[in-house]
Amino acid sequence: MSTPTLDKHSSALDAAEVTGTHLIAITLRVRRFNPEVSAEAEWVDYQIQVDPKERVLDALHKVKWEIDGSLTFRRSCAHGVCGSDAMRINGKNRLACKTLIKDVSPEKPITVEAIKGMTVLKDLVVDMDPFFQAYRDVMPFLITTGNEPTRERLQSAADRERFDDTTKCILCAACTSSCPVFWNDGQYFGPAAIVNAHRFIFDSRDEGGEQRLEILNDKDGVWRCRTTFNCTDACPRGIEVTKAIQEVKRALITRRF
Amino acid sequence: MATEVSPKDAVELTSSSASYSPDNPAPLIEPPRARTRRTPRSTRTNFELYGWLFMRLSGVVLVVLVIGHLLIQLVLDGGVTKVGFAFVAGRWASPFWQYWDLAMLWLAMLHGGNGLRTIINDYAEQPNTRVWLKTILFTAVAFTIALGSLVIFTFDPNIR
Ligand code: HEM
Ligand code: SF4
Ligand code: FES
Repeated sequence: MSTPTLDKHSSALDAAEVTGTHLIAITLRVRRFNPEVSAEAEWVDYQIQVDPKERVLDALHKVKWEIDGSLTFRRSCAHGVCGSDAMRINGKNRLACKTLIKDVSPEKPITVEAIKGMTVLKDLVVDMDPFFQAYRDVMPFLITTGNEPTRERLQSAADRERFDDTTKCILCAACTSSCPVFWNDGQYFGPAAIVNAHRFIFDSRDEGGEQRLEILNDKDGVWRCRTTFNCTDACPRGIEVTKAIQEVKRALITRRF
Repeated sequence: MATEVSPKDAVELTSSSASYSPDNPAPLIEPPRARTRRTPRSTRTNFELYGWLFMRLSGVVLVVLVIGHLLIQLVLDGGVTKVGFAFVAGRWASPFWQYWDLAMLWLAMLHGGNGLRTIINDYAEQPNTRVWLKTILFTAVAFTIALGSLVIFTFDPNIR
């Protein structure tokens, strides 16, 4: 806990600090895989004491720093910004750094495993290359024609609002790895790539919308989406992922008819 | 902060295969058909768009056709006991019911066939398996549609 720079503790702060370090015993059940030791993944239980107001990431740190340094997972910002630590916690895709222990039934073992549908490299680390390949394939950058303007490309507030939701993506892959179509066939672009295509397709300053729509019109594009809403449930940024996919479908239909 | 360290043996990854080492790593746990720089190849057609639209449009029409069909065959006018050769012959005497059944046959087969195609695309991993399953599916759909259409139009009520 950080030390407040106050001369005198208020009674409320004292109370907060007392309850703030109230520890509970939890079981962290981690699906571990180490190809240098075994071909099979296995569940390993760790009994630790944590503050229920801490996050699953803190519990993982505790295991790594105090029990078994070989536990492998990705994290960088630890504050829900970088998108490194998407994992399956109690069977649901979440960011470990945004999931409080008290919210994942700590009285029962908390299961933590790698996100599904991508090659597990070690413990909670998966190979993200296919995910980023799909991202690259939708050309997630501004495409324009003609001479570069000498001043800012202006946009009305309403035009900016059109794609505001999909600008929030942090590429954590929680959505794509929650999609049953993607689990069975990784050739599907997956929700995250479509979200990031949406970000540019509906940007009034961009002129590459046609190309991106054409890419997503193909056999592994938006038409493979079955509207299961797993992606919307999974997104830690609260992006309405399924809605974005439907908007791309609608744009394709209205372009045609 | 006090920590309860779990028993040592729980941490060690000793499974059946102890012979794996950094020089001899085990195969990784790979998902089916991962995307690479070169796949999937683009086809640049609107086939999937039309397929998607067809599923929805045919679905709406099927609601009417199928519910109507079920009502007539199984519910109204004495229920299922009335259905026999004479009942079918009576209905197919009218072109209206002939075309009703024809539409139901074509739409349900194409709708169901395209639905199964989607499922094959989902689950079949090997390109060969896909081709074979789709060939069987396509043949079955074509055969059923052809046979059904033939029967509807060449039906002879005086066959006995
Ligand atoms: C009664 C009216 C019906 C409606 C409204 C309807 C609607 C739909 C729709 C909208 C889909 C697409 C689902 C998606 O893309 O996510 C679908 C899929 C499918 N339908 Fe129908 N349908 C009907 C009847 C039938 C019949 C009679 C059959 C069988 C002959 C059938 C077999 C299938 C199959 C196999 C799928 C694929 C399932 C999947 O994508 O997972 N449906 N249906
Ligand atoms: S849309 Fe949401 S769940 Fe998907 S990659 Fe972006 S932030 Fe993650
Ligand atoms: S560690 Fe950066 S999002 Fe969780």
